[in-house]
Amino acid sequence: MNVIESRGLGKRYHSTWALRECTVAIPAGHVAALVGPNGAGKTTLLNLATGLAAPSAGGVTVLGGRPAGSPAALDGIAFVAQDMPMYKNLSARDMLHLTRNLNRRFDQQYAETRLGELGIPLKRKAGKLSGGQQAQLALTLALARRPRLLVLDEPMAMLDPIARHDFMASVMTAMVEGKGEGEEGGVSVVLSSHVLAELERVADYLILMSRGRVQVAGEVDDLLASHRMLTGPAAEADRYAERLSVVHARRGEAQAHLLVRGTADDPVAPGWEAHPVGLEELALAYLREPAAAALPGPDRARRGNASQPEVSR
Amino acid sequence: MTALSVSARPEEDASLRPVPWRRMGWVTWRQHRSTLAWVVVFLGALAVGLLLTGHQLHQAYVTAVAACRPPANSLTCPNATIAFDGTNGFLANGGILQATPALIGAFAGAPLLARELETGTFRYAWTQGFGPWRWALAKLVPLAVLLATAAGVFSLVLNWYYQPYFVAANQNLGLEELTPFYPALFGLRGIGFAAWTLVAFAIGSLAGMLIRRVVPAIAATIFAYAALAFAAGGWLRPHYLSPAVTTSLNIPGSAWVQNQWWTKNGKFAFSGWPPDSLFERYCPKGPPGPAGPNGKPKAVSLAECLTPHGYTQWTSFQPASRFWPFQWIEGGWLLVLSALLIAVTVWLVRRRAT
Repeated sequence: MNVIESRGLGKRYHSTWALRECTVAIPAGHVAALVGPNGAGKTTLLNLATGLAAPSAGGVTVLGGRPAGSPAALDGIAFVAQDMPMYKNLSARDMLHLTRNLNRRFDQQYAETRLGELGIPLKRKAGKLSGGQQAQLALTLALARRPRLLVLDEPMAMLDPIARHDFMASVMTAMVEGKGEGEEGGVSVVLSSHVLAELERVADYLILMSRGRVQVAGEVDDLLASHRMLTGPAAEADRYAERLSVVHARRGEAQAHLLVRGTADDPVAPGWEAHPVGLEELALAYLREPAAAALPGPDRARRGNASQPEVSR
Repeated sequence: MTALSVSARPEEDASLRPVPWRRMGWVTWRQHRSTLAWVVVFLGALAVGLLLTGHQLHQAYVTAVAACRPPANSLTCPNATIAFDGTNGFLANGGILQATPALIGAFAGAPLLARELETGTFRYAWTQGFGPWRWALAKLVPLAVLLATAAGVFSLVLNWYYQPYFVAANQNLGLEELTPFYPALFGLRGIGFAAWTLVAFAIGSLAGMLIRRVVPAIAATIFAYAALAFAAGGWLRPHYLSPAVTTSLNIPGSAWVQNQWWTKNGKFAFSGWPPDSLFERYCPKGPPGPAGPNGKPKAVSLAECLTPHGYTQWTSFQPASRFWPFQWIEGGWLLVLSALLIAVTVWLVRRRAT
């Protein structure tokens, strides 16, 4: 099952396309990170997937074919929007009550216990909570709905480093807990961010976006296994690069660093060294080369197990 | 982290029952009870003020009627009528009360969606299981009904307050006898006040959805309401029913005179004021009679010099007995318009135009 699946999806605001020709399939059971610079179309994609915006072109379904914004879709998705919008004049208790009334399922016990553990007083107004507490309250409201898909839009933008860490730890805990519930099925997470460093620890699926298009999509392990960094003499770099699929080249005075597609088994030219790449390194390389792309083939996207990204340039 | 396959259960999803409507009751009440409280306090304060000043007005009226009952004392009667006319004169033309529905609509209706859109909380509200358009409908309709009801109760006080101005045969006592169609007061009496409050709220909610910012939406609501009120009073209301036509010169003060024209030998001669040549020929004694309430000489006096020469005066008017039909017609189309505006608002929410 794909938790978010779009085909030729586009959104135009007046004459500018915020998202264009977006075909993506995010399989269930992952923490999928939607990464890209500001204005890449991340929020637009999430708004379309949660039904907050109607597409100008194409279509998007969630949780295995439910049309975005349909009652069935809304029932299964919990969305924590950017800046954690909440009614500032309502207390945490009222926000719980509000969310319970607006949904078919709501685990009041879980929500109260969780807020208690976090030391968030139920009587305090949402507007009087600290940024980290507001984020945790918003996350609690979302998790208590027992969603099958948790969508987080820039959850870390407003938070200080400690709150970021705690927040992501909460998301990971919830995901593990959700999996333990057997029949209910696991909870999948899709989160957007432009902070790369935070994602390395949590995300196991990466969707890289830039300029309103999807540039890279695939499981993190597969992406890392299919790329490597070659370091060697700068003088030979150009000649060597011709024979390789180079995503991004960085040249120093003596040494050049080539981020190339290829597995660890591929032979390396004499004088060159191969290193595995990190997620941040990989993402940065692609973001610096908007023309490069690594996308799963359409058949894989449909099956939803994008094991090995097909590479094209 | 390994992927765990999630079994899709479409059969469960197909039979998915929506969140019951009644659950929105608490939500609407919790989020808008302070607005409702403010409206009740505002209308309550106005009602108390009207009851106090209305008491004075009714006292002055009773005094004037007693003083002018024949045989009237030549001095006490005019004094008492002047005293009555002067009581709370600032409210006699509707005053600030005409702005009340607009204010309720602007301050209760406009922020309803505009604040959600301005602060971003719509991203919370519209992604809950209840669903955005049902959420909007479940807020707008109960609030519209509650506000219209509050306005309807309040307008009982207005009806009572303005009673003395509309008593038949006031004219004979030398008191002002207003037509019940008097534009400044028509919308304050009967069901008018509730209907105009309802439409103001509906305008406000749509303006909030379209403009997405609280303060501009409030301003736009007041502007649109004023435009609609002027259009209704000036262009629509005279045409609710085709006017009665009479050649009688005794038009009661309660009638709403719409047009007057003259015929000679069955053919149209002129409307309104006669041409100068005609006037000088048949009414040589100068301007006849004292000036009427609207500054023109009274038609009766003009008739005195023109009727003998074969001229007939025609008057089209709305008789006072049509007050309630007019109220129902106006209330009816305002209700339909309000329902339409609310439906458009809900449709816009459903269209999810972010």
